[in-house]
Amino acid sequence: MDMGLSLYFTRPELIISLSGLVLLLIAAWRPNSGRLLSILAVGVLFAAGAFVVNLLTNDAYAAGADAFDGLYRMDAFGSFAKLLIYFAAAISLIIAPRYLEKAGAMRAEYPVLILYAVVGMGLMVSANDLITLYIGLELNSLAAYVLASFVRSDGRSAEAGLKYFVLGALASGILLYGMSLIYGFTGSTGFDAIAAALTGKIGMGALFGVVFMLAGLAFKISAAPFHMWTPDVYEGAPTPVTAFFASAPKVAATALMIRVVLGAFENQIGAWQQIIIVVALMSIIIGAVGAIGQQNLKRLLAYSSINNIGFILIGLAAGTPQGVSAMLIYLAIYVIMTLGAFISIMQLHDGQGVLREELSDVAGLSKTRPGLAAALAIMMFSLAGIPPLFGFYGKLMVFNAAVAAGLFPLAIIGVVGSVIGAFYYLKLVKLMYFDEPTEVIVADTDPTLAITGGVLAAAASPLGYFSIGLLTAITTRAAQALF
Amino acid sequence: MIMGGFPILTLMILLPIFAGILCLFARPQMARMIALVITLIELALGVWLWVSYDPGGQQWQFTESAMLFGPIGWKLGIDGISLLLIMLSVFLMPICIGASWRTIQTRVGEYMAAFLLMEALMIGVFSAQDLMLFYIFFEAGLIPMYLIIGIWGGADRIYASYKFFLYTLLGSVLMLLAMLWMIQQAGTADIPTLLNHDFPAKAQTWLWLAFFASFAVKMPMWPVHTWLPDAHVQAPTAGSVILAGVLLKMGGYGFLRFSLPMFPEASAQFIWLIFGLSMVAVVYTSLVALVQQDMKKLIAYSSVAHMAIVTTGLFAFNQQGIEGSIIVMLSHGLVSGALFLCVGVIYDRLHTREISRYGGLAINMPKYSLLFMLFTMASVGLPGTSGFVGEFLSLAGLYKVSTWATLIATTGIILGAAYMLYLYRRVAFGEQVNADAAAMPDLDDREVWLLVPIAAAVLWMGVYPESFLSPIRRDVATIVARIDRAAPAGDAAIKPHDKTTDKYRVAGSHDGGHKPGAEKQKAAEGSH
Repeated sequence: MDMGLSLYFTRPELIISLSGLVLLLIAAWRPNSGRLLSILAVGVLFAAGAFVVNLLTNDAYAAGADAFDGLYRMDAFGSFAKLLIYFAAAISLIIAPRYLEKAGAMRAEYPVLILYAVVGMGLMVSANDLITLYIGLELNSLAAYVLASFVRSDGRSAEAGLKYFVLGALASGILLYGMSLIYGFTGSTGFDAIAAALTGKIGMGALFGVVFMLAGLAFKISAAPFHMWTPDVYEGAPTPVTAFFASAPKVAATALMIRVVLGAFENQIGAWQQIIIVVALMSIIIGAVGAIGQQNLKRLLAYSSINNIGFILIGLAAGTPQGVSAMLIYLAIYVIMTLGAFISIMQLHDGQGVLREELSDVAGLSKTRPGLAAALAIMMFSLAGIPPLFGFYGKLMVFNAAVAAGLFPLAIIGVVGSVIGAFYYLKLVKLMYFDEPTEVIVADTDPTLAITGGVLAAAASPLGYFSIGLLTAITTRAAQALF
Repeated sequence: MIMGGFPILTLMILLPIFAGILCLFARPQMARMIALVITLIELALGVWLWVSYDPGGQQWQFTESAMLFGPIGWKLGIDGISLLLIMLSVFLMPICIGASWRTIQTRVGEYMAAFLLMEALMIGVFSAQDLMLFYIFFEAGLIPMYLIIGIWGGADRIYASYKFFLYTLLGSVLMLLAMLWMIQQAGTADIPTLLNHDFPAKAQTWLWLAFFASFAVKMPMWPVHTWLPDAHVQAPTAGSVILAGVLLKMGGYGFLRFSLPMFPEASAQFIWLIFGLSMVAVVYTSLVALVQQDMKKLIAYSSVAHMAIVTTGLFAFNQQGIEGSIIVMLSHGLVSGALFLCVGVIYDRLHTREISRYGGLAINMPKYSLLFMLFTMASVGLPGTSGFVGEFLSLAGLYKVSTWATLIATTGIILGAAYMLYLYRRVAFGEQVNADAAAMPDLDDREVWLLVPIAAAVLWMGVYPESFLSPIRRDVATIVARIDRAAPAGDAAIKPHDKTTDKYRVAGSHDGGHKPGAEKQKAAEGSH
């Protein structure tokens, strides 16, 4: 394998890794450079994104190519996922400085850790080998554990980091165990070789391997029944970090899951399809029902993300190019919605500048902050998948894939679950629009959040439908790369 | 037929949306003016649409098509049925704005924006020619209505708004799955093409049930009607008018546009279900209406009963039945809207909807009592009003299919007379029990301007229904021709050549019955 070509294909990761080192050096010589480094990091992500766009749109690479003897796969699927990850990471960098400064924790490590998490995620979505998969996953996770406890002075943040670490390590252990079983029964760590070895009737040992791997991955995407850590970590972590957790790693882990089941286990649909169906339905229902009693907005959004992952997995259960394309569309819309929702929450603070994140704090928000309430309402209706908001299109596509694949019971339980989910999104809208304000939430002096939130709300509004043509073209291309 | 290629339907949908956004930033009085002017422009556009609609032309007129949103095509077009329902929407809208002129004092801009958005979505529902576009418009209406009930509604508004939203959403999501399956099966989302696509009979059953789940809730049919009284009672007056006037019609429109012509076999198969539920609804909800103490609730239950007449007429599978149902829908849209306005008028004065608090209003409010009586009579179905034409035609159509069903549905008319006249008597006649009620002033100019146009339309439809029948005749005939293969055999005991009855018959006519029906049949036969 040509080393030059391999380096060319991995250029996005290389750029980010090296820039991360440079940023670290800058941080070492310039104290209090958190804000500057954040801006530079966004620039780095844009530069890497430009290369990814090139790889994605260049017809010479339409078929994709292996790098480093099949350890790393460059294709349209990975490139699209990377674009989403870079976008989510860039937004997380843009919204963070003010929040972290207020918490006294805007240190230079924040942008650097985000960048290394992004490198890890880039490896995850391009993994074509169990080793790459694990390295990417751990690189991402280790950065994420630190990010979760970034506000050291806050007990909740430290607790979130520890919880995330302990449970994340457990999940990594489960995943590793599954990987070792798969390696043992197939004799290889490469996805292609595993797929070739796992044909016909699957043995008990390999089946265990599949189940353990899926369980480990389900933990990473916070799908039920491996979702328990999500509300605690989301609540405790600083809000910009939570926004990051809810968006970028979700994309990466979901993409990784798609690659594993449709790459390594492509010949064993019977072995994983029912697992995915059960996990999807459990996530939809637990996510919807669990959210109803929540009093904390971040916990509520944590359940919302569990719920949404369930819908995304419906596309995977279909196991068709259409299903994968639907998942990618849903992921793209989900990233916009979830970032927008967290940005809206970050703008809730009272006259003393104290941040509010309880459900009761948004009561009457439409009177005190009409613009913010409208943005949050758009996000809520969109997350609930009510037309004409853009979130509907994602749900439409995954259900379309499920119906096309003949998975009617899954589709029916799924849509009914979406009605249960609509209840708590409506509850938030009810609080904002129907109730009287109890405490005054004051306007933000910094327009950054309002602008980014406004742009994301516009994207989640019916205006988003104008992007369908482009989105469909790209995701179809990305999905084709896997089949 | 595109009038000079001018996308009038798109204009009619986009205009209120942009005006609504403008309203959000306008001061209260300005927002009211914008809303009124825009809804009047919409009415003018609607009239222009009606005038330039050619009943003998293409089936789908003013068609537009733009593939803007990938698989969701922006395809619009109307036939006569859509035309009349759009007319109903644009006619009621300025009246709604007028009715809210003074009663709505809080968050006026948002209120007007919600109503304008509602108008755009209603026009969209009735003109969409793409299945997904239809679904989007159909469902999107939930959001503004949820806000209208929840923000400007009565004391128990939150419960009512949730119930409205979740009930309707649950009904609709199953329809969404059915639509996705249909699009994949037929390879197109184009409604005119799907109207002539024959789905396998086995699949039709499931598809029909999924659509039924949605339309039965929207309609609403017994036993899934319970959201309606709550929503009506809590909604502000104008919200009730739109809810009863137009939103309920979406259910009937759905049955007519989708369930019947797309799944004729399944429709015939489930005729017992429709008739059964409708029979129960007609009698049960009428009896429930009879004992209501709250005026809005009474009218809400009467809506359920009237809608049951619509469903029976639609599933009679013949020209009269379907034409009658459409006229009942239009008539009910006007009459129940007007009745809610009448309730609103006295509610604004006394702030109670309890019937027993009123009495003898004919003495101090003669103009009001006159108009209220007209609408009461129209609701009862007095000849000369719109209610009569529709109910008569749909029952005549139903009679061809089932004598028993007609008999029971007709009791609904009698009970309808009972509860409406009872309501009118308690409100307008009798002693003036309440000094406050006796002191209420009569209608002011604004209220007269709201009610008189509806009264005129009700009388017009009652005296010369041909204006409303001529645009739909050909479209109904098309549907009847499409579903004819599955039409149920009637239970008529009289056979065409039965010797015992020959002597009662006029030579050469086997249609018997009334003349207009016979003429219409010939017209229908002539057109296809």
